[in-house]
Amino acid sequence: MINKEPIIKVDKLEKVYSDGDVTTPALSGVSFDIHEGEFVAIMGPSGSGKSTLLHILGFLDRPTGGSYELEGSSMDSYDDDELARIRNKKFGFIFQSFNLLPRTSVLDNVKLPLQYSDVPDSKQDRMAKKAIDAVGLTHRIGHESSQLSGGEKQRVAIARALVNDPSVVFADEPTGNLDSKSGGQVMEFIEKLHEDGRTIILITHETYTAEYAQRIINLKDGVIDSDRKVIKRHDGGFRK
Amino acid sequence: MTLKNTFKTAIIGLSTHKSRSVLTILGIVIGITAIMLVMALSQGATDLILAQIQGLGSQTIIVRAGAEPKGPSDFASIFTTSLKDREVEALRNPSLVRGVVSVAPNVIGSGTALYAGETKNASMLGTTPDILQALEIYPTHGVFFNDADVAGRASVAVLGYEVKKELFGESDAVGQTVKFADRNFKVIGVFGKVGQIGAFDIDNNIIIPATTANQYILGANHYTVIMVRVESESVVETAADDIRLTLRELHGITDPDKDDFFVATQADLAERVGTITGVLTALLISVAAISLIVGGIGIMNIMLVSVTERTREIGLRKAVGATTANILNQFLFESVILTSTGGVIGIALGAMLSLGMSFALTQFLEIDWGFSFPIAGALIGFGVAAFIGLVFGIYPARQASRKSPIEALRYE
Repeated sequence: MINKEPIIKVDKLEKVYSDGDVTTPALSGVSFDIHEGEFVAIMGPSGSGKSTLLHILGFLDRPTGGSYELEGSSMDSYDDDELARIRNKKFGFIFQSFNLLPRTSVLDNVKLPLQYSDVPDSKQDRMAKKAIDAVGLTHRIGHESSQLSGGEKQRVAIARALVNDPSVVFADEPTGNLDSKSGGQVMEFIEKLHEDGRTIILITHETYTAEYAQRIINLKDGVIDSDRKVIKRHDGGFRK
Repeated sequence: MTLKNTFKTAIIGLSTHKSRSVLTILGIVIGITAIMLVMALSQGATDLILAQIQGLGSQTIIVRAGAEPKGPSDFASIFTTSLKDREVEALRNPSLVRGVVSVAPNVIGSGTALYAGETKNASMLGTTPDILQALEIYPTHGVFFNDADVAGRASVAVLGYEVKKELFGESDAVGQTVKFADRNFKVIGVFGKVGQIGAFDIDNNIIIPATTANQYILGANHYTVIMVRVESESVVETAADDIRLTLRELHGITDPDKDDFFVATQADLAERVGTITGVLTALLISVAAISLIVGGIGIMNIMLVSVTERTREIGLRKAVGATTANILNQFLFESVILTSTGGVIGIALGAMLSLGMSFALTQFLEIDWGFSFPIAGALIGFGVAAFIGLVFGIYPARQASRKSPIEALRYE
């Protein structure tokens, strides 16, 4: 991790939203590197641009200025379909509001990214079952997503995020809608993803949650306020 | 994503909104049902009319008085007195009309037939024995009148099936006397059920010698229609031409547009019927097509609502790797599956309804109405339904596929 090129390299990243004559800057020149296997938390008050940053890092949105290189290749060199394919192969997403498909089984929800991949049908079920087992929900595999508790829903989302064996997992306020017990479980699973060697980029406004990470980037008004290493990381136990 | 998986995804998308899906396709179901019904019924009607025309026999040529009617309001032809005994005699001459076998002059009228207090409004056909050969029908009881009866203006009658049934019921009519148009006629024969033959509804006719009809009932000396039978089907066209030339020469006509008669063969009539039913069918189908367009707009509406409602789903699918084409295909498949399903239901419903109608017509109105499943109609119906799904699905599907993943995920 130390001697290699960074997996993510952003330089003077800018994002300006324009709606007619009104332009709103969300990011005004953000630069940092993230190395493979790092666990980074991005913090900041609402409106600081942390969600915008995550969306750009996750190839869901494009910057209006600056550069972003993933594994040495500039994002600008990809068209929208190529971005979709890279998201499908290399990224996993966990959202605050779970974003599971309604009236759809746990198995089918977890299989969703595989359906857009080139994984053959015959392998998809096995991979999805393995991912569901990893978050301890095998007994819920046939349930519809609406029959699950909030914590269980987020674990399904984690299974969905890891089913394609991604190298980077993006988590956008993953504990935001959960009580402290479920939130703790979810963070344990995310920590496990990190221990498996994945790069984790976590957005949160809770200092406690952020301290699961090895490094915390603080955003304020679209620029980096601080970028520091976490001295004392959590080793289990979660409170809000 | 393979097309098979896209198809599966579309099916799942539809089955999670079952009642909405069913309501959405109603318009298509009704449209396709209507098209199937129109096609089956017009086919049935065409078959029925063609069967009646074929009842004339392919060796029979019809000569009508008056010019070919130019339209429904062209009454002049009805009152023409251009066909008289002179013309009949000329047509009987084999050196003028090559291949002629028999010539049957006919007059038509109507009146009330009476027997023992029973009455029946009947059509009258005044004719000669040659009609038997021309129409290929023969009495089932008694005999038909002969040439001597015609020459002597005899007051004899042969009854059609319905007339006999109405006046006599089950009892024997031959030998009895019926009153028709204030004149007594001795019944010498009865026809079995023969149905409609050409323009003649023989079952509802009282058939008497043409001379008797002209002398005592109509007070006229001309004929309405002359039926000419020729020796074989192969000489029908030349005989028809001979008839035209003979009558023109007799009437001193040089310009065919001024003909005061009109010659038709079975093939002419069949072609005419085909044209008429074809036009009617096209008209009815275009009416049904309007309901299909309305149905298609309904599909588009619901698909647009569905796309908006499922914005987050679209966002999620894109986030985990769906390309623009994946989303476009998914929603296109949904609308095509919807309309195709509607098409299949409509085809089944239309076939069932037209089967029921042909059963009812045969059973209760005693019309010999055949049912044939319109395979062409079914194929066209299915194709049109799928096509409508494609056309009206494209706009909503494009709307869906164009959503940016991030805006879709943020959508509340």
